[in-house]
Amino acid sequence: MGRGDGTEGSACHVSHSIRVPGAPGPGRKAGSHGRRLGPPPPRAGPGYAAGMKLQEFHARELLHAAGLPVPPGRVATTPDEVASAAAELLDAGHRAVVVKAQVLVGGRGKAGGVKLASTVDEARAVGAAILGMDIKGITVRKVLVAPAADIAHEFYLGAVLDRAAQRILVMGSAQGGVEIEQVAKESPEAIVRMHAHPHLGLLDWQARQIAFALGLGEHLGAAAAIAKGLVRVMVDNDADLVEVNPLAIVREPGPGGAASERLVCLDAKITLDDSALVRHPDLEARRDLGEEDPADTEARKQEINFIHLDGSIGCLVNGAGLAMTTMDLVKRAGGEPANFLDIGGGAKAEHVSAAMRLILADPKVRAILVNIFGGITRGDEVARGLVEARSQQIREVPMVVRIVGTNAAEAAGILRAASFVTATSLEEAAERAVAAVRGAEAAATSEAAR
Amino acid sequence: MSILVGSDTRLVVQGITGREGEFHSRQMLAYGTHVVAGVRPGKGGQRVIDGAVPVFDTVADAVRETGANTGIIFVPAASAPDAILEQAHAGLGLIVCITERIPALDMLRVMPVLRERGVRLIGPNCPGLTSPGTAKVGIIPGSVHRTGSVGVVSRSGTLTYEVVQALTDAGIGQSTCIGIGGDPIIGTSHLDALRLFAEDPGTDAIVLIGEIGGSAEEEAAAWAAEHLRGVPMAAFIAGRTAPEGKRMGHAGAIISGGSGTAAAKVAALEAAGIRVAETPGQIAGLLVAAGVRPD
Repeated sequence: MGRGDGTEGSACHVSHSIRVPGAPGPGRKAGSHGRRLGPPPPRAGPGYAAGMKLQEFHARELLHAAGLPVPPGRVATTPDEVASAAAELLDAGHRAVVVKAQVLVGGRGKAGGVKLASTVDEARAVGAAILGMDIKGITVRKVLVAPAADIAHEFYLGAVLDRAAQRILVMGSAQGGVEIEQVAKESPEAIVRMHAHPHLGLLDWQARQIAFALGLGEHLGAAAAIAKGLVRVMVDNDADLVEVNPLAIVREPGPGGAASERLVCLDAKITLDDSALVRHPDLEARRDLGEEDPADTEARKQEINFIHLDGSIGCLVNGAGLAMTTMDLVKRAGGEPANFLDIGGGAKAEHVSAAMRLILADPKVRAILVNIFGGITRGDEVARGLVEARSQQIREVPMVVRIVGTNAAEAAGILRAASFVTATSLEEAAERAVAAVRGAEAAATSEAAR
Repeated sequence: MSILVGSDTRLVVQGITGREGEFHSRQMLAYGTHVVAGVRPGKGGQRVIDGAVPVFDTVADAVRETGANTGIIFVPAASAPDAILEQAHAGLGLIVCITERIPALDMLRVMPVLRERGVRLIGPNCPGLTSPGTAKVGIIPGSVHRTGSVGVVSRSGTLTYEVVQALTDAGIGQSTCIGIGGDPIIGTSHLDALRLFAEDPGTDAIVLIGEIGGSAEEEAAAWAAEHLRGVPMAAFIAGRTAPEGKRMGHAGAIISGGSGTAAAKVAALEAAGIRVAETPGQIAGLLVAAGVRPD
C-alpha cells in the first residue's frame, strides 16, 4: 500500500512550489506532538491483505459514490481525449490540470507518469508522453485528468483489516504523501489508530478524535465524515484496504476572488477481498486484465492458485502450505522455484494438464517437481492425471514425482510403468529436481560448445 | 488424552447431504467419531449415510433430539457465516468450519457473537482436528495418525498431514492435531491452541506449524517463552522463499509492508527457545532431542 502515492503528491507540489520544504503546517505539528490513540502497535503495521487492486480512478469513483469529497476527474485513453478533458477543467476555472498514469504498480510519479499542464496543448503533449509509456513493465493505456490542486497541507487516512485484533483499523497520519509503512517505522507515535466496531462501524466520537489528533480541528466535520466514509466504503465493497493518500487541504478560488480551503481526497487506493468478489460482480468487472500476467488470468479461470517466480524448477503441489514448503525445500537443495502452484483437491487429468500448461508456459522452467500428499485426493488418480497430462505436454522437461498418502503404492506402480522419476521423501524429491536442472544445463552447455 | 474432541464428542454435520459433507461424514463415522446428526433445511426426518445418521431441518432440532455438542460445517461460503451463527445459537460449544473463501469482513462480524456466547470456532478454511484413536472432526486422513502425547497445531492442510505422517513414521504419536485454518480471520489461534495443550494432562510435547503472514506465530512464541518452559517443542514455518506482496494460496499467507516474514517468525520462535526445523522431516528429530521418547 501507499506505493507511489507519496511521489505523486510531491511531484504536484514541487511543480507548484506551493509548500516551502520543511515549513511546518498544522498537520506536521500535530504529528510531531504525537498524540496516539490506543495501545502502541506490536509491529510496523497490521497484516495487510493484497487482494484485487482497483485503479485509482475506480477507487475515486467508489469514494465519490459514498459521498466523500473527491475532485472531478476524467479518464482518457488518447491525447485528444486528454486535451478535451483538460479543456473542460480549464474552462471551469482551474488554472492547471494534472495527468496521471493509471497503472497498478507503484512509483509512477518517479517514472514520469504524473505531469502537470496549464494549457490544452500542453495537456495533449503530456498525455501523448504518458500514454504508451512503460512503467515497470506495464504499458500505460489510461490516464486520469484532474484539476491540479493547490495544496496547503497533506495527511494520510486509511482503513485496513487488522487481523490480530479482528477489527477494521483506521489509521491517520499528519505526514501525508508518505507511505504509512515508512511513517510506522520511523515515527510510529505520529500515527493515529482507531478500531471500528464490527457491527457499529466507526463511531462519531472516534472519527472526531482522529480528526483532532491530526490537527484537523478547523475541518472537523469534513475530516470526521471522511474517516467514517472510509470504513463504510470498506464494508460496502468488501475491501481489504481503503486508503486516501494524500488527504489534502487545498486552496480553491472562492467567489469574488477570496481563496477558501477545503479538505479533499486527492488520491485513493482500494484493494478488494478476493473471497468476496462473487457478491460484487460490478467490482469484478473492473479487474484490469490488460495489466495482469496472462498466466494469472488463466490460473484464475482454472481455479488454480498460481504465482509466477523467477527460478527454473516448476512446482505442482496440492495444498498451499505444502506448496510453500516444496518451494522452500527446492531452494534449500540449491535450486530456485519457478512458481508457487496449489492445485487444490483436483486430481483429474484435465486439471493436472492445465497446471502443467501454466508451468511450462514459462520458458525458464527446466524441470518440474510434483509433490502430492494424498489424503482425500487419491494418489493413483493424480498419477493417471500426470501420465495423461504428459502425453499432451507442449515441451519435454524432466519431471520428478512424489506421491504419498492415500493409494501411494498404486500411484508408484503407474508412475514406474510410465517411467517417471520418483522420490519418496520431500528432501529427496527436491534434490532430484535440482540435479535434473543441473543435468539439463550441462547438456545445454555442451551442446553450445559443440 | 486429548483436547476439544474425543470420545464424548457428539457431532452434528451441517451440509451433510452435500457431496463433501456426505463423503467426510462417512470418513468420520468410519474413524469412530459419534456423528449423531446432520442438518439440511427441508430434509428433516430423512436418514443418510446408509441410514446411520438422522437429518434435521435446524441445528436447534438436532441438538434437542440428539444431544449434539459439537458442529462441523461443509456448506458453501455464502451461507457458512449463517451456519456458524446458527450452531452458536443452538448451544454448541465447539464449531469446526471447513468452508473456504468466506469473506474476511463476514468473519469479522461473526467473531464477537461467538465470544459473547463463549463458543470456540476452529477455522474457517481449515482441515479440522483429530484426537487419534477417539475422534476425527474434519478432513485430515485418519491413516496419518498414531495415538500418543504430542499436540500439533498448524495453519495448513496437506502440510499438516505431511508433518503428522513423519511423526507417526518416527514412532511419535499425537494427542490432538488441530488445523486452525489459513484465513486472516480465524476462530482459534496458535496461541489459543498452545493454552489448551498446556492444560491437557495428555499432551507432553507440542509441534507448532506456521506460515508467512500475520503475527500469530510470534504471539504464540512470546507466550510459550513464558508459560511452556520445559515443555518439549518444535516448529516449522512455511514460506521462507515466498515473495512479498503475494498471497500464497491461503488468504492469510502474505508478507506485506515487510511484516509477516518467515525469518521474523523463525527468529521469534528461536528466541523463545523453540527449535525450528528446516524441513518437515526434521521435526521428529528435534522433538527427540528435546526429550520426547518415540514408542
